Amino acid sequence: MDLDFTEEQEALKKTARDFMKKDFPNTLVRELEEDPTGFRAEIWGKIAEMGWLSVIIPEEYEGIGGSLMDLVVLFEEMGRACFIAPFFSTVICTLPIVSAGSEAQKKEILPKISNGELVLSLALTEPSATYEAAGISTSAVADQEDYVINGTKLFIHDAQVAHYFLCATRTRMDGPPEEGITLFLVDAKSPGIKITPLLTISDDKQNEVVFEKVRVPKKNMLGPLNQGFPLIQHLLKHAMMAKCAEMVGAADWTIENCTAYAKERVQYGSLIGSYGIIQHYLAEMWTEIGIAKRFTYYAAWRLDQGLPCDKEVSMAKAFVSEVYRRWTRMGVQIFGGIGTTREHDMGLYYRRARQAALLFGDPDTLREKVAQEMGR
Amino acid sequence: MDFRLTPAQQALKEEFEAFFQEEAQRAPEGWIGGMFGIFESEANWAYHRSVADRLSKKGWLSLPWPKKYGGQEHSYIEQLIFNEVRGYYRVPGVDLWGPQIVAPSILEHGSEELKQEWLPRIANAEINWCQGWSEPNSGSDLASLMTRAVEDGDDFVINGQKIWTTGGHKADHIFFLARTDPSVPKHKGITYFVSPIKEGVTVRPLLFMHGKHEYNEVFFDNFRVPKTNVVGKVNQGWYVTMAGINFERSMIGTVSELQRDLEDLVDLCKRTQRNGRSLYEDPLIRQKMAQLDTELEATRQWAYYVAWVQSKKQSAAPEASAAKYFSSEMTVRFANTALEILGLYGPLKEGSKWASLHGKFEDLCQASLGGTVAGGTTEIQKNIIAWMGLKLPR
Ligand SMILES: Cc1cc2nc3c(=O)[nH]c(=O)nc-3n(C[C@H](O)[C@H](O)[C@H](O)COP(=O)(O)OP(=O)(O)OC[C@H]3O[C@@H](n4cnc5c(N)ncnc54)[C@H](O)[C@@H]3O)c2cc1C
Repeated sequence: MDLDFTEEQEALKKTARDFMKKDFPNTLVRELEEDPTGFRAEIWGKIAEMGWLSVIIPEEYEGIGGSLMDLVVLFEEMGRACFIAPFFSTVICTLPIVSAGSEAQKKEILPKISNGELVLSLALTEPSATYEAAGISTSAVADQEDYVINGTKLFIHDAQVAHYFLCATRTRMDGPPEEGITLFLVDAKSPGIKITPLLTISDDKQNEVVFEKVRVPKKNMLGPLNQGFPLIQHLLKHAMMAKCAEMVGAADWTIENCTAYAKERVQYGSLIGSYGIIQHYLAEMWTEIGIAKRFTYYAAWRLDQGLPCDKEVSMAKAFVSEVYRRWTRMGVQIFGGIGTTREHDMGLYYRRARQAALLFGDPDTLREKVAQEMGR
Repeated sequence: MDFRLTPAQQALKEEFEAFFQEEAQRAPEGWIGGMFGIFESEANWAYHRSVADRLSKKGWLSLPWPKKYGGQEHSYIEQLIFNEVRGYYRVPGVDLWGPQIVAPSILEHGSEELKQEWLPRIANAEINWCQGWSEPNSGSDLASLMTRAVEDGDDFVINGQKIWTTGGHKADHIFFLARTDPSVPKHKGITYFVSPIKEGVTVRPLLFMHGKHEYNEVFFDNFRVPKTNVVGKVNQGWYVTMAGINFERSMIGTVSELQRDLEDLVDLCKRTQRNGRSLYEDPLIRQKMAQLDTELEATRQWAYYVAWVQSKKQSAAPEASAAKYFSSEMTVRFANTALEILGLYGPLKEGSKWASLHGKFEDLCQASLGGTVAGGTTEIQKNIIAWMGLKLPR
């Protein structure tokens, strides 16, 4: 057994922490929240240079060939810093390209992801608002050398800056819903794509993306015809763990800053941290966040090792989401009035927690999955 | 026991309902109610002001006051019914402070001149108040406040800073606390003032978490207030703040507004198909909705109970504190549960394509956080319950 990060991972963590401190100050977070692109070319260039976009790309495609645990390290630091960039989107879309792309696709695309030329966006969810296969009704129909895509994708992160969409389409109407899904890499400049930004609680750059008679060359199909859903499930498991890592990193910020404030703010002649109720809040916060973090590592490790982990990943995402939501709420309470302002950072985390809990499966849906696994 | 309203109360309630139902039709585009909604745009403010004028003509801004000062001598129960009906229809028109905080303080502690001067103006909705109590270093521990008031001829000269001043940017008057004697224990050197906002007062915006402008910082720089504007006696201001503070801490208007929000949510769930059935048929969502409804009814019954005790002129401080913290915490739970029910649609803001119910819950899950802090935090209410209600040692 070894429950520590490797030396390399510790070093990566330090690099990431320092980078965020120096190159991603709070003022930039605020700027990018308001900025509809949510994108800064300099920042993107720097993270490409540091190799963050290549972590999960194999070496033969100009990647680093790292592990999910390496990404966990990065996502934790990004969560902590409220990092805003299409990094999450790009990385999760890279996964199925690595695991199911043709040699030609990998050769063409992976090096460009690695060096920061390409931004990817996952066009999966629809107005049905679910991550189940049955929720996908956007259709792709073969027509000579192309497929023609029609449908509406909703809640699509980073579409506004994407070069390619990883688009999940329905290519077969009959049979079980999960056996009729096909993935395509769709050039974002294709005629017929219309992007409308959505405004959200966490300013996280979601969009409606309408595909109207969008032609995609057959060679852009990713993975086998009608068998794209397992790739999506694989992607979603990684996305959930990446989200967990972001959440526990952000939760770390919360416990540290709430504790610091409790040691600084005086009311009735005493530090508020001397009052029993505040102490207990913080003790519980510390406990639950610590537990959430170890749970994240455990589930991520199982996924990384290729062990069965449907249950653990669902449990982790549900548990961590609840912990993050609860303690960002109590964090605002501990800060009192100042915690309720736009300018104070606590609100950034509170707002993100409301959104993060729902992405890639909300706690209720995930607990249902756990229950199903329990009965197997 | 009899939980029914008297025939007179029932008739009055129907009159309120007819009135507010009609006023609700006049709401501006995008109006989603909420306690602070009136401060968020010119159109919302204009709506608030126009309802306020109509309410004053009906005499409904002064329901429980003595007839002598333009009131109707109704009990707290009638006032509660009024607040409840108004909340349900999401209609503004009542100044946050004038009728239910400033007026009771003046009635209980003000001089006859103050009563004659200010009460009719409050009843006539002539004044838009803001509350200058909290300071950057004096929140929960309000009595530690540092704003100074120094006598100078017929005036006091005020210097200092207030914060979290809700609606300060729309207000024309301020009621505030300042230290008049720094040499005595903190509760004994505070004075309560009312004044127009004029030269010497600067109001600076602070934005709430969701980016809307509701509260402010207020700076006093040699701000002169005549001695006749002191409510109660000089150095006795702390005791004046106690008047009116315990009534309606349940915020029943918020509770009934949530009832209305829940009705809208249930409607939406009935109309929304997911996985081959409506959301309303989903057992998990049914559990959540039922829990929300239950908590609303429970909170409402407690509010009536507290008002009932108060209407008998009995003190109910721990009960009022319980109402305050329970209802405000319930509102946070409500908003967050509603957000869960809406799933991925929940976090979409008003004004965004695909937003549900005007982004009401995206807004409320932030706005509700103000409720568990403002007017005495949840933790402070629990202290009061422990100390005054349960007589636990301090
Ligand atoms: C939306 C909003 C509107 C407001 N409007 C107004 C207004 O119009 N006018 C006005 O004057 N003020 C207003 N306030 C201010 C409000 O009354 C104060 O924010 C509140 O009293 C808390 O003070 P604080 O923010 O300084 O927090 P603090 O008092 O610093 O509290 C910080 C934390 O410490 C806890 N704490 C403090 N003392 C104790 C203790 N003894 N035991 C246990 N825990 C303790 C608190 O519960 C809180 O969790 C408003 C506040 C908000 C959020």
